[in-house]
Amino acid sequence: MGDWSFLGEFLEEVHKHSTVIGKVWLTVLFIFRMLVLGAAAESSWGDEQADFQCDTIQPGCENVCYDQAFPISHIRYWVLQIIFVSTPSLVYMGHAMHTVRMQEKRKLREAERAKEVRGAGSYQYPVAEKAELSCWEEGNGRIVLQGTLLNTYVCSILIRTTMEVAFIVGQYLLYGIFLDTLHVCRRSPCPHPVNCYVSRPTEKNVFIVFMLAVGALSLLLSLAELYHLGWKKIRQRFAK
Amino acid sequence: MGWMFLRDLLTGVNKYSTGIGRIWLAVVFIFRLLVYMVAAEHVWKDEQKEFECNIKQPGCENVCFDHFFPISQIRLWALQLIMVSTPSLLVVLHVAYREGREKRHRKKLYVSLGMMDGGLWYTYLISLIVKTGFEIGFLVLFYKLYDGFSVPYLMKCDLKPCPNTVDCFISKPTEKKIFILFLVITSCLCIVLNFIELSFLVLK
Repeated sequence: MGDWSFLGEFLEEVHKHSTVIGKVWLTVLFIFRMLVLGAAAESSWGDEQADFQCDTIQPGCENVCYDQAFPISHIRYWVLQIIFVSTPSLVYMGHAMHTVRMQEKRKLREAERAKEVRGAGSYQYPVAEKAELSCWEEGNGRIVLQGTLLNTYVCSILIRTTMEVAFIVGQYLLYGIFLDTLHVCRRSPCPHPVNCYVSRPTEKNVFIVFMLAVGALSLLLSLAELYHLGWKKIRQRFAK
Repeated sequence: MGWMFLRDLLTGVNKYSTGIGRIWLAVVFIFRLLVYMVAAEHVWKDEQKEFECNIKQPGCENVCFDHFFPISQIRLWALQLIMVSTPSLLVVLHVAYREGREKRHRKKLYVSLGMMDGGLWYTYLISLIVKTGFEIGFLVLFYKLYDGFSVPYLMKCDLKPCPNTVDCFISKPTEKKIFILFLVITSCLCIVLNFIELSFLVLK
């Protein structure tokens, strides 16, 4: 988990300014994906090439067969999936921080103008060190998204959903659902079709199913959030 | 973990950057540093052990591996990351210098320590140009060293002590190709961001 701290810190910020479903999605991401990937799946895939054995002593045959069987290892594929699925939230965060900074600058300028109009007095304008997101109104303890920030948030969830679907479909196209114990390899320099045996296929299948399930859960949460926000937007439009 | 040190250094840079500078930092942290640490490093972990030549002559494999990989792609990636991140520290150093000057003269010399005016603007500009230079330099070096950005699965080697032309097989060539492509794309993205930032700075 230490290696993921780069992303973790960025996502902590997003966690503070998300809706309830967004927070649940982030928790699922942290615990079921990053932690499981870091702790368990790495040790299952650790010796994947060393223990990939082919029924041949032709030098080079095992190398090319392994490369044909696994163009990209599952572990690395899931790392890329996590990174690409988290990125839209970070873009939203960047936009939010930018909007807040612009608002703060505008407020400062207005305050200075007001000070000049009122004349030099003991008027203290408290400059906020860490700007609060003012597009979030915390009325009755609930957080309300509005305006352009809502649009960016919805965009980020749409992109996130697309990425999630793309990666799940990509995994299906690359490997199907389950990993077979036996891979028959017909690539040169292997002199004839060679039987190659994958290391720990059952353990790997358990993790593959687990990560697919978590991906599906993540997708469902994103869709639920979209539905929830869409409903809110329609209500806002009718309220106007 | 040595990379945490770089991360801590660069987090200080975040305060004195423009908006695009912050985007650049995020791209470097997440798409380059994180991908390197969590994924790419492991692909190249056993590269020499799994490098196999179709020959029993002792020493032939060693010589061929050394010939094809004078410096491993992953180490070049690491060097590139370090060289590309450090020019940003020039800005931090300059701000620290300004602080030191203010303390020595015991009065306020600058409107704001971090504001981009006068000397600091030039420092920022120079750091951007050096950064972009390093990026392009490393990409060109990569291209020249490895004859393009792809990794073949078979290479032929006929150096001594190999008695004839020998087939040598590289491990995981497709996965290595995918990550090298990733490296090139993020590098180009960073170059584009640097150019945009340069034009903003110069035109403002």
